[in-house]
Amino acid sequence: MLAKRIIPCLDVREGKVVKGVKFKDHRIMGDIVPLALRYANEGADELVLYDITASIEERVVSSTWVRDVARQLDIPFSVAGGIKSVDDARHILENGADKISINTPALMNPDLINQLVDHFGSQCIVIGVDSFYDAVDGQYHVYSHTGDVTASRRASRRTLDWVTETVDRGAGEIVVNVMNNDGVRDGYDVPHLKTIRQTVSIPVIASGGAGRTDHFTEVFREADVSGALAASVFHSGEIAVHDLKSDLSREGICVRM
Amino acid sequence: MTESVAVVDTGCANIASVVFAFERLGVHAAVTSEASQIASASRVVLPGVGSAGAGMKGIRDLNLESVIKDLKCPVLGICLGMQMMATESAESNTDCLGIFETTVEKLSNAGGTVLPHMGWNTVDVKSQSKLFGGIPDSSRFYFVHSYALPVIPDTTASCMYGSTFSVAVERENFFGVQFHPERSGSTGSKLLENFVGIQL
Repeated sequence: MLAKRIIPCLDVREGKVVKGVKFKDHRIMGDIVPLALRYANEGADELVLYDITASIEERVVSSTWVRDVARQLDIPFSVAGGIKSVDDARHILENGADKISINTPALMNPDLINQLVDHFGSQCIVIGVDSFYDAVDGQYHVYSHTGDVTASRRASRRTLDWVTETVDRGAGEIVVNVMNNDGVRDGYDVPHLKTIRQTVSIPVIASGGAGRTDHFTEVFREADVSGALAASVFHSGEIAVHDLKSDLSREGICVRM
Repeated sequence: MTESVAVVDTGCANIASVVFAFERLGVHAAVTSEASQIASASRVVLPGVGSAGAGMKGIRDLNLESVIKDLKCPVLGICLGMQMMATESAESNTDCLGIFETTVEKLSNAGGTVLPHMGWNTVDVKSQSKLFGGIPDSSRFYFVHSYALPVIPDTTASCMYGSTFSVAVERENFFGVQFHPERSGSTGSKLLENFVGIQL
């Protein structure tokens, strides 16, 4: 049986792993390769390395650390950050990343999804979606440029419309980060994730809000997502990946032990 | 043991992870699209991401089709590399290498099965295979694919996801795995080590 995936996310800024609260106030958590290896050894199923500065500063993620991680890591990882063209993507994949994840550039130029899928296949094209619940209109909206709070802005799309479009364009997986919950550690937005999971036929990864073990249990059991992504609870050591997976297994969730 | 492995470069991306996996085992892996280098190698790996159509076009453009089919050393196809060893693929109706007599089919999405099949799944080892030596049955490997070979007489391991399909095949010196051993932790590393150690 296919295991539910536990995916630590390493937000990278200027070559270091950082973590902010609600996309602000980034603190340095450590160097990339040692943290990546630590998570692999603890039983992480996959890693996401996300260069949060890349879209704003209009630079492609540095290939040096992508290659360093690929050389040493024996589990899959995806790289996100400023990938705006087929050539950018090829560069990242050639340096050993398993998947590339695009967010803002896909919103700016949705046809990029089709181009990437045509060149590399759906299986390595992940779409990152930053979804924000607007209490005023009661809708979830997609945000772009979320790496920097001063540049972050609402895109002209509702989240459900956008995820449907990305699947139609050939995306292989989507990571849905609910901005209202991000870094708050009060649990994933299970109803929203469940709606998305029921809307699309590709793997959905939950992001934003993990604080306790039961948040993971809940999102797998209630929303039936393929994986759960988290950062701060892992970086701080509050939840060890191995302990989390033992607990999930005891709760009857299928995980790789 | 100073084994070396030739990794066939068909122009598809992501060959680096395969090379690095062999390096972690202390085995030198040379990326090449040179017919002479492939033909004289003691081990050949046919990796692959992307589509069967693009992969086979890469092989044909480089005039490597007969070179690969005529190899007598151990050859390991990984993911798309395994699929290209079949007779044909339903993915863009592509004629493939014809080493394994079967057609690559799209995985079933019956019952709402999520595709691609992405993540760590258990593998049911059907027969004594040199590749799986020392690897317990029902070990987990990392998969990323939407197409697969059906179960055939050459199948040595299978997986159930929506339907049951081949995840490892073996015929003489040709081996194929649908999962990515280079990204399957210590279990995948053991499989690659077994491949390097195969004596025909």
